[in-house]
Amino acid sequence: MKLNVNGNEIHVPETVKTIEDVKLHLNITNPGVIVEHNGDILEKSTHVDKQITDGDKIEFVQFVGGG
Amino acid sequence: MLTIGDKQFHSRLFLGTGKYPDFDTQKEAVDVSETEVLTFSVRRMNIFEPSQPNFLEKLDVEKYSLLPNTAGAKTAEEAVRTAKLAKASGLCDMIKVEVIGCDKTLLPDPVETLKATEELVKEGFTVLPYTSDDVVLAQRLADAGAHAIMPGASPIGSGQGIINPLNLSLIIEQATVPIIVDAGIGSPNDVTAAMELGADGILLNTAVSAAAHPVKMAEAMKLAVRAGRLGYEAGRIPKKRYATASSPMEGISV
Repeated sequence: MKLNVNGNEIHVPETVKTIEDVKLHLNITNPGVIVEHNGDILEKSTHVDKQITDGDKIEFVQFVGGG
Repeated sequence: MLTIGDKQFHSRLFLGTGKYPDFDTQKEAVDVSETEVLTFSVRRMNIFEPSQPNFLEKLDVEKYSLLPNTAGAKTAEEAVRTAKLAKASGLCDMIKVEVIGCDKTLLPDPVETLKATEELVKEGFTVLPYTSDDVVLAQRLADAGAHAIMPGASPIGSGQGIINPLNLSLIIEQATVPIIVDAGIGSPNDVTAAMELGADGILLNTAVSAAAHPVKMAEAMKLAVRAGRLGYEAGRIPKKRYATASSPMEGISV
């Protein structure tokens, strides 16, 4: 399956079915990660159930130092 | 005690978290500053290196009120999106509205800042807009429901201090919400000057993080905020053109 993640086209295996699966696949362990899925900002609790499909646009963002 | 929205703070110093030489220095500086509010930014994760260290791992974020900014936004729409992303972390409901209108000066776009403030107030955020030292705009932002106004002392990161003390004092004089002086602070002297004018607090970053000794400077800034506030509360003497003797003129033994 093809996904657009943070502006990069990536391919993930068919076993990757949810946002949580994408996080595991990309080894994203930061508990503070925030996810936007096709323009919708997701509540953290929904990552496990949120299904993904071919061509989805996903943004993973986090807090960084700033003033 | 400083009250912003439904939050109360003992410390009147807000500290940014950008550009420290390393995470340990940052942690020490933050500890020494005794700040209760930390600002930070929201950025895309590097998905090809997702485990890179993050400053939040070093700091006990539970101890602080987090104030994410919308830096990077050039429109109200972008600022609102960034604010919503930050809130989705579940770690904060305050937002520093920062909509830059000029890449060279990093001065805020007044129209977009006001629009973003209006929208985010409606959405239930505790909203602290970063603005220029425009007196009327500060009032418009307060009218729009901003919970504090954050006028810049001078351009971000410039260290020029307060370049328009008159405007700043007018903003403070008319204020109906706390005024946090944000941006352009270079030294403890700038901090005491702003606090003596009656500012309710100071937000600074580069003045500490890029100082030769960030931890020492963090302590200096903490003391400057307190000294300036005390001086403001104590009420300074008016300036006079000529001298007034401190010692009595009577009983001089000659």
